[in-house]
Amino acid sequence: MMRDRQTKTLSAAAPKPVPERKSFHFTPRQSIALVFFCTIFGAAAQVLIKHGAAQLPSGNPIAMLTSVPIVTGYSLYGISTVLLVLALRDGQLSILYPVISLTYVWVTLLSVAVFRESMNLFKLLGVVIIVTGVAVLGRNSRP
Amino acid sequence: MKTPLSSILLVLLAAFIGSFGAVFLKSGAARLHRQIRTLLFNWRLAAGVGFFVLSSFFFVLGLREGELSVLYPMVALGYIWTLFWSRLFFGEPLTRNKFLGIGLILVGIVILNLGNR
Repeated sequence: MMRDRQTKTLSAAAPKPVPERKSFHFTPRQSIALVFFCTIFGAAAQVLIKHGAAQLPSGNPIAMLTSVPIVTGYSLYGISTVLLVLALRDGQLSILYPVISLTYVWVTLLSVAVFRESMNLFKLLGVVIIVTGVAVLGRNSRP
Repeated sequence: MKTPLSSILLVLLAAFIGSFGAVFLKSGAARLHRQIRTLLFNWRLAAGVGFFVLSSFFFVLGLREGELSVLYPMVALGYIWTLFWSRLFFGEPLTRNKFLGIGLILVGIVILNLGNR
């Protein structure tokens, strides 16, 4: 019983054979770069949707579907998801998923640049610490 | 304004559900090939997106009451779940740098949201 469980854990940890017909591969760094672009698209999507939502007449679903910023925002979300999936194909989930937190950084910077929200010490410090955290995580990707 | 426990629980549930979204996206991504149909007709990817949509539903329910600056950082607790699911389902190693990096990201998000008050 005990031995069975051990064998199972070992086989789960062993590297999986590469599936056939995969015609291209991304290196760990390229996967992180893909998620990096995914977060830029995601942040732009959030800012566009917020911008579009602020202009909407309340309680009108048709207006939402014809609003250029909202439709563009959701399209950018779609592109961002495709980039994430491409990155996940070859990269480690436990490294790539937390990199999405860079979205917080871009949204903060865009809010200051586009919506003229104020920058303060907390926001700046938070942004710097998040970027440091992502850098620490990313160091794992180099064998 | 005080953040009720029910809102905190709803947001924590949203983070938990969202972490499975990432797991399904990863498992669907492993089945991607050069044909576009492997992207469009891929139930694992669809399930991943479905989990994210369900997660944002609970997130919005949680946000109806309570402070955004308290609740938003809690979404990032989902990264910790993902760390364990990655070990369990994909055999990815748990390393000191991963815990350290996620710890720093969580601290950064909390501080960033203090600035948004």
